[in-house]
Amino acid sequence: MTRTGVGAGTTVVAADAPAPAAGLPRRRGVELALIVLAVLLSVYGYCAVGLAKLGAVPPGAAGYGAGLGVLALLAHLAVRWRAPCADPLLLPIAVLLNGIGLVLIYRLDLETPGDRASPTQLVWSTVGVGLFIVVVTVLGDHRVLQRYAYVCVVAALALLTLPVLFPPVNGARIWIRVAGFSIQPGEFAKVLLAVFFAAYLAANRTALTYAGRRIWRFTRMQLPTGRVLGPIVAIWLLSVGVLVLERDLGTSLLFFGLFVVMLYVATGRTGWIAVGLLLASLGAVAVGRLEPHVHSRVEDWLHPFASIDAGQGPNQLAQSLFSFAAGGMLGTGLGLGHSVLIGFAAKSDFILATAGEELGLAGLSALFLLYGLLVERGFRAGLSLRDPFGRLLAAGLASIVALQVFVIAGGVTGLIPLTGMAMPFLAQGGSSVVTNWAIVALLIRVSDSARRPYDRTRPEAHGDTGHGTHAEARDDAPPEARPRASDEGLGGGLGAEFGEGLGEARGGGADHTSPHTTSPHTSPHTSRRPG
Amino acid sequence: MTRHIRRAAAFCALLLAALLVNAARVQVVRSEAYDGNPANRRAAIARYAQPRGDILVGGVPVTGSRDTGEQLRYERTYLDGPLYAPVTGFASQVYGTTFLEHSGDGVLSGSDPLLASFPLWDDVTRGRPAGGDVVTTLNPRAQRAAFEGLDGRKGAVAAVEPSTGRVLALVSSPSYDPAALSGNDARTERAWARLNGDPDRPMLNRAVRQTYPPGSTFKVVTAAAALDAGVITDLDAATDSPAPYRLPGTRTRLTNEGDGCEDAPLRDAFEWSCNTVFAKLGVDTGLAPMTRTAQAFGFNDLDVRIPFAVAPSTFDTSLDRAQLALSSIGQYNTRATPLQMAMVSAAVADGGQVRTPYLVERTTRRGGATVSTAGSRPSRQAMLPSTARRLRELMTDVVREGTGVNAAIPGAIVGGKTGTAQHGLGNAGIPYAWFVSWAQDVRDMEPRVAVAVVVEDGSARRGDITGGGMAAPIARAVMEAVLD
Repeated sequence: MTRTGVGAGTTVVAADAPAPAAGLPRRRGVELALIVLAVLLSVYGYCAVGLAKLGAVPPGAAGYGAGLGVLALLAHLAVRWRAPCADPLLLPIAVLLNGIGLVLIYRLDLETPGDRASPTQLVWSTVGVGLFIVVVTVLGDHRVLQRYAYVCVVAALALLTLPVLFPPVNGARIWIRVAGFSIQPGEFAKVLLAVFFAAYLAANRTALTYAGRRIWRFTRMQLPTGRVLGPIVAIWLLSVGVLVLERDLGTSLLFFGLFVVMLYVATGRTGWIAVGLLLASLGAVAVGRLEPHVHSRVEDWLHPFASIDAGQGPNQLAQSLFSFAAGGMLGTGLGLGHSVLIGFAAKSDFILATAGEELGLAGLSALFLLYGLLVERGFRAGLSLRDPFGRLLAAGLASIVALQVFVIAGGVTGLIPLTGMAMPFLAQGGSSVVTNWAIVALLIRVSDSARRPYDRTRPEAHGDTGHGTHAEARDDAPPEARPRASDEGLGGGLGAEFGEGLGEARGGGADHTSPHTTSPHTSPHTSRRPG
Repeated sequence: MTRHIRRAAAFCALLLAALLVNAARVQVVRSEAYDGNPANRRAAIARYAQPRGDILVGGVPVTGSRDTGEQLRYERTYLDGPLYAPVTGFASQVYGTTFLEHSGDGVLSGSDPLLASFPLWDDVTRGRPAGGDVVTTLNPRAQRAAFEGLDGRKGAVAAVEPSTGRVLALVSSPSYDPAALSGNDARTERAWARLNGDPDRPMLNRAVRQTYPPGSTFKVVTAAAALDAGVITDLDAATDSPAPYRLPGTRTRLTNEGDGCEDAPLRDAFEWSCNTVFAKLGVDTGLAPMTRTAQAFGFNDLDVRIPFAVAPSTFDTSLDRAQLALSSIGQYNTRATPLQMAMVSAAVADGGQVRTPYLVERTTRRGGATVSTAGSRPSRQAMLPSTARRLRELMTDVVREGTGVNAAIPGAIVGGKTGTAQHGLGNAGIPYAWFVSWAQDVRDMEPRVAVAVVVEDGSARRGDITGGGMAAPIARAVMEAVLD
């Protein structure tokens, strides 16, 4: 975004609307081939574990392969039917990660006869893929979600506060137990919050960018008004609250990180990042001092071998480091490592240690790159979209995956203090798998919009997709400026409804004009600027 | 917004790069330090993941491995544990290894680089060679004869083959079953506490790790020094030795157990173990020749390994004449392991040569392919061959008609020397009964076995303790077992 001025009334000129991705190949065949490959790789890993641990192909190999294959195929058919233009890499990566996760959990199950987690995980994966299919099928357009922004945030807050009523498990109040299943509601909350952030920021980003009183007379720093600042402080308080009430460093870190990233993407103000980091460090220092659970995590990180020197044996982080080190370059081979020495949480928080030990640096890097690719594809979808909500949503979802991978992988490899968080798709945990499938479903939906040709019924639209249109587009002009046939029914109506729904009546909801309205070339934001 | 999405994506890429760099740091750069951390159980798990190689006696394994199915999977088992404990030692998951289990650990556990067939390939596959076997020089019949001869009394037996230095028997009594220490559970802990708390010290390897005053058996060394130095030229010429003998420079009078030692010739003095004659003989020979001969036999050698370390036997090198007199009859500061005294006896039998003793014949891969063999070993000339010949004569006389008749074996030439060593403050302790000997079948070209036996028996009446009465029969049983 090119900002030419910050004062009121200044025209904002931005020439960064994406080149329309007209007529991108759909590549559904590629997706199918990659899915088959992912399923075969997973079955191969399953057999490798069995051969190493039991000396035979495990009896469930065929069933496991068939189960995973059917799930993947159903997801693929759903994409083919309802999101035919979606990015062909997203689904195969998710299938592969989920498959590897099942293999690793099965592998650890063999060492812990009393605790079998892989069947449960397979059930949850089925639920996750089911949710994926439902989202892809039912949600015709991601902009529908904008309408439910406040529903989302209320639901998210409810889910977050729910575990406080339940007894803590292993020092953290983040689980609730229902009918034998333990659920981590905070996992679902992060998707809902991403939706809310995207909607809120899409609606308020101008205000957040340019509003404000100067803090000091001679600085250029400006604070937004209380109306827009309020929710940010609320989010910060929420994060700290989560941390204090639930002792869940990971979730609070993720929420806040997600919010700061999305705020930056929406406003482009590095000042926000500075404020965010300041608030984060204030919160971190306060909590680190006052909260023993968090404090001990930091101590463990700084001195992973202190417990050995004290004669108490290695702690979990030390065991995890031993695991990674034992893997070396090529790993010990599936089933041949001893990451089970980590003990508690070896299948969840520390699942990556098993990957590191048995697949080595080579396998671990491959896993990281898979996540990297998933994140990159998410951002790419965001770049190709034209509606701010979609762009923010895509960037937010990608950031969730990236932050989560970084926080947990950095934690178990000793890069940063350990936080209880789930490795997307790999770790044992139903809520996590279901949530991540929902994230992939939303990314599929968003990427479908991003890669869909604008309007196949109006050939001139294609002609306009070159630089001419590009130059005309002003600061993320809403996609409705270049209407497309598929949006006419659903999307158009929603845009209008959203304008009322989110309370943007004041500005007339210029960002969300109906599909047939041509966007004014001057910035629509001027009309909504507060003060 | 596009630029900021790109920047956010770049930030995520930065996080990814940090993860990759850190993973490389942990898994490659720091991996050796982490692998070597004593708290890292992986080395132990790998070590016990496969059955340990075996220790072979007479071609038959005396050890085994048991699959426990636990994390440290294979546990050591022993056949005839107490019989071979002084040789095998124990291999415990908690308390480490001792003796052959320790010195042969590389081969037995499979970690010895010599076992790797294709070193680079093994690195790639992370395969660990199967544990190899350690083949001992022991003669199982001699070992059993010695063990049964001691019959639980405190004591030790060492037997070597004079012409090679191969250790044929190594017994310490009372013994223990090393299998009790194999595992890592509470029973192992209790066994460890019990064995360490036992006043009889069953884990003490008396044959190689305990030194005793050798008493009269040391007279072999004194005689060799005197003969080599030319102090005695005729075995049957009367010596100028009073009885009792007043130790030079003191008022202490040294006496004999029996009569007839005054001016006795060396042959008689050796036969009847005259303290007075040998004390004076040592003084007459002088400190330097005595020291030289003792050290040539192996005394004061701090580094005897068979391949595990043997406690050094000592002959004090700074003595006044009175101390030299006492040292010459195996008292004062003179101390020897049973293995050392077997070497003394073997040197007499083998023409004066002292062969470096060894217990491991060879090591093999699982399946029998040889990894290493004992090879040629250094030997020393402890005395002139002529001296050795005369000492052989003296020793055979002891068995034929002297104090060692209990060791006589029909159809074999047997030489021996008894000893009753006093010890303790003012010699108040129960004396040790010694017997050193060698034996040669009449059909043999050279002696086949040299034995040293020591018995410390607290239950016997003091007057009954003699080398000839208590130790010689055990030596005879061992020699018979070898000669058969």
